[in-house]
Amino acid sequence: MDANVNFDAREDAYSRPLDSIDVSVPELYQNDVYQPYFERLRREDPVHYCADSKFGPYWSVTRYKDIMKVAINHQVFSSKWELGGVRLEDQVQGYERPSFIQMDEPDHGQRRMAVSPAVAPENLQRMEGIIRERTSRVLDELPHGRPFNWVQEVSIELTSRMLATLFDWPLEDRHRLMFWSDVTVCHVDTADAPVHSEAERYAELQKMAAAMKALWEERAGGNAPRYDLISMLAHSDATRHIDFRELLATCSLLIVGGNDTTRNSMSGGVWGLSQFPEQYQKLRENPELVPSLVSEIIRWHTPVLHLRRTALADFELGGKTIRKGDKVAMWFVSGNRDEEAIKDPHDLIVDRARAREHISFGFGVHRCVGNRLAELQLRILWEEILKRDLDIGVMDKPKYLRSNLIHGVRELPVQIH
Amino acid sequence: MPGVTYIEFNGAAHTVEVPVGTSLMRGAVDNNVPGIDADCGGECACATCHVYVDAAWLDKTGLPEAGSQEETMLSFAAAAQPNSRLSCQIKMREDLSGIVLRMPEGQH
Ligand code: HEM
Ligand code: FES
Repeated sequence: MDANVNFDAREDAYSRPLDSIDVSVPELYQNDVYQPYFERLRREDPVHYCADSKFGPYWSVTRYKDIMKVAINHQVFSSKWELGGVRLEDQVQGYERPSFIQMDEPDHGQRRMAVSPAVAPENLQRMEGIIRERTSRVLDELPHGRPFNWVQEVSIELTSRMLATLFDWPLEDRHRLMFWSDVTVCHVDTADAPVHSEAERYAELQKMAAAMKALWEERAGGNAPRYDLISMLAHSDATRHIDFRELLATCSLLIVGGNDTTRNSMSGGVWGLSQFPEQYQKLRENPELVPSLVSEIIRWHTPVLHLRRTALADFELGGKTIRKGDKVAMWFVSGNRDEEAIKDPHDLIVDRARAREHISFGFGVHRCVGNRLAELQLRILWEEILKRDLDIGVMDKPKYLRSNLIHGVRELPVQIH
Repeated sequence: MPGVTYIEFNGAAHTVEVPVGTSLMRGAVDNNVPGIDADCGGECACATCHVYVDAAWLDKTGLPEAGSQEETMLSFAAAAQPNSRLSCQIKMREDLSGIVLRMPEGQH
C-alpha cells in the first residue's frame, strides 16, 4: 500500500479491496491519513487479516472491546521477545532486546515490581515540586510575538529534564538520553533516522548501557535510599543480577517510556485544542477541568499507535480464528476512536464523561506502569499554561514521525500572542 | 437500599446506598466518591479500583480466588495488602450492608 500526502485517503480506504488494507505502513501515520482505513475496518472487518506486509502477515484488532480482550488475555497473547516481541516489526536475531515489556509471567511481574515504586503515588509527590518549577521556568522563557517549534522548546525540554531526574542522570547531558530514545524507536529505513541498521542501533544502545552500568555500580554500593530507576534496579532482588543485554533492553524501555510518549502528548494536546477552540475556551473558564483534559488528550492523541502480541493457541475473536503463532496488533489508535465504545470519538471534549476510560495505556498485566507520571507532567503543564493564560497560536499542521508504533510529533510551529 | 462506607486515604468517609447486584466500584463512581478511578470500567484490567476491605467484613467478601485475574492484577497494585480487593469484582449483596472500604494513597 502506498500513502503519499497528495491523495484522497478516504476515497482510497473505501474503494480498495478489504484484504489489501495494510495499516502497518509507517507513512500512513507520517502523513496523518490513517483514520479512514481504521474506520472502514471497524465497520466491515474489525478483526482484519493482512496476508502480506513489510512486517509479514498479521492480524489487526481495531475495536475497543476486542483490544481489551487481547490485552487481558496474557495466557493466550504473549509479549515474549523470543517470539518477536511487542512491535509488528520483529526483533532482529542477534539484536533482541529482552526487557520486561517483552516477557510473560512470572519473569515480567517480578521485574515490573522492581521499578514500579519509582513511579508510584508516594514517589510522585516528591517530584511534583520540581516538575512545576521547571515547567514554570520553561513557559516563562518562551518568546512572544515570533514563531517557534513547540516540540523543541517545550515538549522536549520538559520531558528530557524529567527523564534525567528519573535516572538521576546529569542534567547537562540529557540530550544523549533523547538521542537514545530516538534510536530505540526509529524504523532504520527512514531517510533521516538517527541510525540506519540494526547493528548501528545496537552499537549506540551499547554505549548507553555502558554509561548506565557505570551509574549502577556506583549506586549498588550505597546504603541511603535513592529513588531513581537505576538504584531501584540495582537494589531489587528481581533485577540486581540481570546481564548486560537485559540492562540495555530495560534502560532503553524506560528511556522511551519515560519521555517519548509524554513528549508527544504535550505536542498533541496543543494541536488538539487548536482544532477545537470552543473547548479551549471552556477550559479557560473552568481550569478545574485540567485532569479530565489530560486524559482526553492522551486518548485523542494516542501516543502508542499499536502494540503486538503473538498467539500461543488458536483463539476466536470477532468471528475469526487467530491461529497459534500468528502476530496480532492491538491498534490503540483505532480503539480510542471506536464509535461503539466512545461517544463522538473524533472530538476533543475537555469535560468528557468517564474520560479516563481510554485505551492509550493498554490493559492487563502490562498496562503502563508510568501512567501516573505521564498524567502528572501533563497536568502541571496545562495548569501553568492556564495560570499564565498563554494565547498559543498554532501556525501550521504538525509534522509527524514516520512510525507505525509511536505517534510522534516532530514539529509544531506556534506563536504566542 | 444497603449502605457502603468508603473512606478516602485522608480519612474522609462517604456512606452511600448501593443497589444489590451493583459492583462496589460502580457504587463509588456513580455517587462521585473520590479515590476510585476504575479506568477499565470494571473489566478487572486496570487495578485502579483498589480498596482495603475492613477486617470485620473480610469473611463475607472473601479474597480473590487463587490464580484469578483479580489476584494477578492486584499483585501489581501499589501498596497491596492482605485485605486488598478490586472493588469492581465485588457485587453488592444484602449481607454486605454496612461494609467499610478504605482507599489506598493513590491508584497505581
Ligand atoms: C502518555 C504517556 C504514556 C503512554 C500513552 C504509555 C503507553 C503505554 C502502553 C500502551 C503500555 C502497555 C504495554 C503493553 O501492553 O505491552 C505501556 C507500558 C509501559 N510504560 Fe508507558 N506510556 C506512557 C508513559 C510512560 C511513562 C512516563 C513511563 C515512565 C516510566 C512509562 C513506562 C512504561 C513501562 C516501563 C511499560 C512496561 C510495563 C509492563 O510491561 O509491565 N510509560 N505504556
Ligand atoms: S475497574 Fe479496572 S480493575 Fe476494577
